[in-house]
Amino acid sequence: MDYFQFLIIIFFSPLVNGVIKKLKANMQGRKGPGVLQPYYDLLRLFKKDMVVSKVTSWVFKATPYIVFVSTIAAAAIVPVITVRSGYGVMGDVIALIYIFALARFFMALAGLDAGTGFGGEGSSREMTVAILVEPMMMLALFTAAISAGSTNITGILSAQNVVYSPSHLLALAAFIVAIIAETGRVPVDNPDTHLELTMIHEGMILEYSGKYLALMEWAHYIKQMVLFTLAVDIFFPAGIARDFAASGLLLSLVVYGAKMLGMAILMAAVESTRAKVRFFRLPSILGGAFVLAFLSLVTHIMMGK
Amino acid sequence: METEQYFFSGILLFLIGAATALIPSRKIKTTAYLFPFLGALSFLIFGLYLSFRAPVQFASIPVSSVFQFSFRGDALSGFFVIVISLLTLAVSIYSIGFTREFKYAGFMGLLYNILVLSLYAVVLSADAFTFLISWETMAISSYFLVTFERNDKSARAGLFYAMMTHIGTAFIIVLFFILYRATGRMDFEGMKAGMANLSPELKSVIFICSVIGFGTKAGIIPLHTWIPRAYRVVPSNIAALMSGLMVKMGVYGIIRICMDVVGQGPEWWGIALIAVGAVSALLGILYALIENDMKLFLAYSSVENIGIILLGVGAAMLFKSNGLYALSSIALAAALFHVVNHALFKGVLFLGAGSVINSLRTRTMEEMGGLAKTMPFTSVFFLVGSLAICALPPFNGFVSEWLTYQALLLGYQAPSVTAKIVSPLGGAALALTGAIAAAGFVKAFGISFLGMPRSTQAREAREASPTMIAGMALLAVLCLVFGVFPRAALTILQPAVFSVTGASAMLIHQGVLVIPQTSAALSPVAMLITMIVLFLAALVFIRIVGGKRKTVYADSWDCGIPGLTPRMQYTATAFTKPLRLIYKRIYLPSRDIKVSYLIKPFFVKSIRYGGEITPFFERYVYEPVTRFVHTLASRVKLLQSGSLQLYLGYILLTLIVLLIFGT
Repeated sequence: MDYFQFLIIIFFSPLVNGVIKKLKANMQGRKGPGVLQPYYDLLRLFKKDMVVSKVTSWVFKATPYIVFVSTIAAAAIVPVITVRSGYGVMGDVIALIYIFALARFFMALAGLDAGTGFGGEGSSREMTVAILVEPMMMLALFTAAISAGSTNITGILSAQNVVYSPSHLLALAAFIVAIIAETGRVPVDNPDTHLELTMIHEGMILEYSGKYLALMEWAHYIKQMVLFTLAVDIFFPAGIARDFAASGLLLSLVVYGAKMLGMAILMAAVESTRAKVRFFRLPSILGGAFVLAFLSLVTHIMMGK
Repeated sequence: METEQYFFSGILLFLIGAATALIPSRKIKTTAYLFPFLGALSFLIFGLYLSFRAPVQFASIPVSSVFQFSFRGDALSGFFVIVISLLTLAVSIYSIGFTREFKYAGFMGLLYNILVLSLYAVVLSADAFTFLISWETMAISSYFLVTFERNDKSARAGLFYAMMTHIGTAFIIVLFFILYRATGRMDFEGMKAGMANLSPELKSVIFICSVIGFGTKAGIIPLHTWIPRAYRVVPSNIAALMSGLMVKMGVYGIIRICMDVVGQGPEWWGIALIAVGAVSALLGILYALIENDMKLFLAYSSVENIGIILLGVGAAMLFKSNGLYALSSIALAAALFHVVNHALFKGVLFLGAGSVINSLRTRTMEEMGGLAKTMPFTSVFFLVGSLAICALPPFNGFVSEWLTYQALLLGYQAPSVTAKIVSPLGGAALALTGAIAAAGFVKAFGISFLGMPRSTQAREAREASPTMIAGMALLAVLCLVFGVFPRAALTILQPAVFSVTGASAMLIHQGVLVIPQTSAALSPVAMLITMIVLFLAALVFIRIVGGKRKTVYADSWDCGIPGLTPRMQYTATAFTKPLRLIYKRIYLPSRDIKVSYLIKPFFVKSIRYGGEITPFFERYVYEPVTRFVHTLASRVKLLQSGSLQLYLGYILLTLIVLLIFGT
């Protein structure tokens, strides 16, 4: 089972996104599309012909595959319903962040490849947000890693069961902000808009169509679910199966589903109650979260918990 | 005996290379680079012998009663010999094509051979005298290479470089003097044996001298100012050597003196070095980010990477001073791994930049663009270098930065609270550095190689010559090999780590990179294989779900108004604009807008826009010092009137003073 659990993330990630969209619509008093809508969208895109810009080079064509494949590799590293991933040997939390960075690097390059203003703008902003988010995410993970004595996700996950110390609470807060920024949600980015001046992620992938766009979108869903899973693995590992007994796995699956629903509700609530902030106000929000992550590390070292 | 043959044949081959460079014939010029290629091969074997066998001591050549030339190779020198050899192999092949149209190609060939030979001499020196002579040979040959283009700019850069490097040398001389006074020996082995005679205070003076002296060569902030000036004017193949190897001599010096000869010091050495490394890494990459000149960009990125290396060295010192030798060996392994990695990827980046600059005759990224189509090989190699330097898997930079993170995270095992806090903060600085580096290299590659050509030269760009491609290819392949099989590099550097820290880091367990005592593991090869399998699976999946679909090529989205021009693309300046604003406290940017009107205020004739950042260290650190020296010099000038009588008067005055106080 530990070799196949990443398939859960791959095939359920569009559903998670569909649930978030539905919840958001309900919270805003709309009916919203069905929770399966992302699947229909992906299927439709896979079956379409593609339009590719004449300006682009091979980087543009390679990017969807690199992004998709590296995101799945990241998904393979995180334990989902059992305590150990079969591919855990590939890397740890630091490797995970750098695999995401690889995907982002190529996405930003692809944004510049078509030679349009939108792509360049999206790339520039994406890299700027990454500079603000990545160190904060790293620091939050450092706190967890130092308290567990390992950067291995299984090691961190086995070290405790629930958030139990002030340092973990602070790290969790910073990590949630990091997830919001990384998945391109309000108040950092707006996932629902194609309005030129506000978009970051959508700007970069503006030139994509057909199966390339499907790969990019799907990779985005997967990344979102990987980050959710990482958050619950590190901060709320309670209920995860510690052996391969069928009953335990089933229970673990149910618990995992509940945790994902919880994350989805949180995201929908944040998006419905916050307004998108101006791009240059982001440093104060993300900088604040960085301070939280920093404090969590200092608290852990000074208080020992 | 056999081992020494490779040393001597290596020297001989470089000397022949230098001699053939002087023959004034056009055809023979390739030999000036073929011989160093063979010489580097010979030294490579010598380096491998040094790493895996006993140290080699060569018979010394006495110069006077005190001074002598003596060479000795141990595992640490062996590792650096291997690094020098690997990069020299590639740069030598590259230089054959690159220097073809040079005006003073013979002179360049001569200096090239001397520079590389002096690098070998520095790491193989057995005593202070030989070390200083080699160090100066390196400084002087590189000075002539900085001034190679023989114009005003390079002359000024050369003067500045010579000044900075000699200030550094002064500190190195002071530290050797202290060591000689205390131990009575000139050779490093003897100094090491007599280390008990030194008081802790004196040891700390040596540490400070070596950080300043070697740090000037390495280019730590704020002693980095010569680096951008020199790299901007030096030919790109030499820039690769200088950035990949020469600045590493500073790292070698710090490790040799502070960790090998002096052995170990108080904890604050390590903490100080981590701080210096973090500051250099962060400010280095921040300054790199906003540079649109390809070579300046890479120059500042060298400062960043030296910072990353020093983070590892600092952590190694920190652990060593606390007696945590196993952890110290992990940290030093990380640092040395980054030394070889930086030589490889910065090598390929400078060579790639050289190919582009050679073909386009411009250094600014704003005039490039679209080169991925016109220069396909160069662009692929430059991309590999960019990915590796941003520490992205599966390339080599990722593994060494991963090890550095692990070493810094292990800092919580140190007893003191300062160390516990400083070293994870070093890790946070590394994370920030990594993110900024990614933005910088997205800009460097994206603006220069992708999109539409931004100038006529870029449209007509020609691919580099086959030898240049071969040189870059060698380095790019090594970047991938060391990234996927870190074991190859770790095996080479393990003996050096052992000789310095006295412990060997058992970092490989069943073919997987592991950190002992923690369950942290990394297997780049598993990662790569997984990604390849996933890629094939994705192809099959897409075909099954989507069927065969056709692709239409059309214009980029232009909002319905046809005619996107290259000038409408995002520029390099625009790309980093958000960061210039976010980090304005560091950059202190200023802008200068001049508008001229036909009829004020409605009809604008032209707008001139200029923006620049404040070069903080130049303006607030170097300029006051320069001004002070200038004022002082003009005061002293009064003494020198040029009149003979006055000078005779000085002599008389001195004589009287001496007679009064001398008795």
